[in-house]
Amino acid sequence: MQERATRDPSVPLPRPLAAPAPSARDLRLDFFRGLALWFIFLDHIPRNVVNWVTIRNYGFSDAAEVFVFISGYTAAFVYGGIMLKRGFLVSGARIWKRAWTVYVAQIFLFAVFMAEVSYVSRTFDNPLFLEEMNVFEFLRVPDVMLVQAFLLRYTPVFMDVLPLYIVLLLAFPAILWMLLNRPGLALAISVAVYAVSKAFGWNFPSYPSGGWFFNPLAWQLIFVFGAWCGTGGPARLGRVAQSRLLLWAAVAYLAFAFLIVLTWYFPALQVYLPRWLATAMYPIDKTNLDILRFLHFVALAVVVVRLVPADAPWLRSRLAWPAIVCGQHSLEIFCLGVFLSFAGHFAIVEISASVLAQVLISLTGVAIMIASASMFSWYKRSIEGKGPGPRPKSSGAASAGAEA
Amino acid sequence: MRRLLAALVGVFTYAGIATAAEDQTCAVAAHLAEAEAPLPRVAAAIREARELSILVIGTSSSTLPGPGGAKLAFPARLEAALAAKLPGVAVRVAAEAIPRRSATDMVASFPSLLAARKPTLAIWQTGTFDAIRGIDTESFAVSLENGIRILHEAGADVVVMNPQFSPRTEAMIATAPYADTMRWVAIQQEVPLFDRSAVMRHWSELGTFDLYAQTKKLDTAAQVHDCIGQLLAQLIVQAAKPNGVASGDPR
Repeated sequence: MQERATRDPSVPLPRPLAAPAPSARDLRLDFFRGLALWFIFLDHIPRNVVNWVTIRNYGFSDAAEVFVFISGYTAAFVYGGIMLKRGFLVSGARIWKRAWTVYVAQIFLFAVFMAEVSYVSRTFDNPLFLEEMNVFEFLRVPDVMLVQAFLLRYTPVFMDVLPLYIVLLLAFPAILWMLLNRPGLALAISVAVYAVSKAFGWNFPSYPSGGWFFNPLAWQLIFVFGAWCGTGGPARLGRVAQSRLLLWAAVAYLAFAFLIVLTWYFPALQVYLPRWLATAMYPIDKTNLDILRFLHFVALAVVVVRLVPADAPWLRSRLAWPAIVCGQHSLEIFCLGVFLSFAGHFAIVEISASVLAQVLISLTGVAIMIASASMFSWYKRSIEGKGPGPRPKSSGAASAGAEA
Repeated sequence: MRRLLAALVGVFTYAGIATAAEDQTCAVAAHLAEAEAPLPRVAAAIREARELSILVIGTSSSTLPGPGGAKLAFPARLEAALAAKLPGVAVRVAAEAIPRRSATDMVASFPSLLAARKPTLAIWQTGTFDAIRGIDTESFAVSLENGIRILHEAGADVVVMNPQFSPRTEAMIATAPYADTMRWVAIQQEVPLFDRSAVMRHWSELGTFDLYAQTKKLDTAAQVHDCIGQLLAQLIVQAAKPNGVASGDPR
């Protein structure tokens, strides 16, 4: 692969970096990230009938891969432009400021979680669940627990994506510099870190034992891959990325994954799954981003990119707008989603678990996410005077610096 | 209202599934307690020795609190249910329920325990404390494999039992990855799994038992344990039948 140590001005930039073309922002990114945010919200409410719509029920990968990939893509796209124009220091500082914002959000969510746990611990009394009561033990040592939470070593269930994002952002200035100067090498290092951490079982430590649910050393692969695509990676592959063979291979793999997943929900079908295949495949590990999951996401991306062209008219329609506006404020909406899923789960468990309640809570949550995102857009546009979020039928002049 | 709706949905979803357990209350989850691997040593003990010695190794969810708790808990209920199903066979079920132990802790106690008790069948209940501690699922799987190997080497058949379904602590204890790990280890090691998570979730969804209740009383807890004992007995008898489960093929 052709590497550039210093940029030759006669060589045109890869298209996404050919800033500041105003319509360069790909609405597909916003749309699918918005969708992923809704799915993450729904998936984080256990026993919710509505989460049957989410992609994790139809294949190996789930909304987490979509979210991390698109976050990598847009981070590279936004901060890459800044790095080229204003240099390593300025873009690095902005990326780290972003990491700090995410950290503060994580601590806020932890406070919300603590309120929920404390309430349940006060009202949890059932001789059947004596063993489960051990989970409240940590409330007796709040100092230890808070410090462990500040160190990101103690992360409650469903609060594990943001710590991953923080670590990825902290490393991102260096990754981005590599991607802009030696993209092939950057990707090779990412793959090597993934492989080595897998081989040696490396992970970040968590409290009181074990490792992070989203192992950053493994999950960086999909983030860097996203960033590589966001800095014009696929264009370097030339015809391979466009080939019909790749498309059909992707379709075949998605079909295979779907058939396997069917056996999870209909145990009677398990007899058709050969033993050697089960032994080879299972367990499909989420913590270390099993290669089957990664490939499933890549296959999904290949098919979606082919089915939905960047200029698809429906992306500018009113129907697509709710997802797009959520995707454009991903950090805020992600945190809000975690909060809403806590609240929603709490309501289902403590008030009513009826199917009707599950549907209502799910719809209300998504509606609140959309309403908040449009409020953020309005605030940015009207009060801060930053670029207009694309409204339906607008010319789509989204600001490239809107959001990473 | 919650129960009614849940029950209606359950009826529509699961109508027509044949069940075999005696008690209709428990039986709604019988299809989730099918044996998927044989128990040859249990089969031989029933056929030849006409006696069956079972040891439940677990944590606090293998017993119930209070002076009469042990008599109401599933090990004692299993003994009663098996005795009824196997007339003429002397069935003894002992329980080693010690709170706050991970799978690794339990495996460390296996050699001395097995030397003292010499069971034909060990029912190994684990996973919840590992989930509370956030123990790495891979090392959890390794401990399970080690434990099953040690139990087999000591001449015991093994049934593994995964965590309880506890809806109110679901946002705090991630038991699902541990329950899943136990499913896969059971398939790979060809031992039957009693899928307590799935069975109890099913009861909760159908409204069979209210697992959300705030109570000090033992009545619902005792009924749940009685049903676990009955379904467990059904699973063991099925797995011990010469042609109940095709040997070599865990499904």
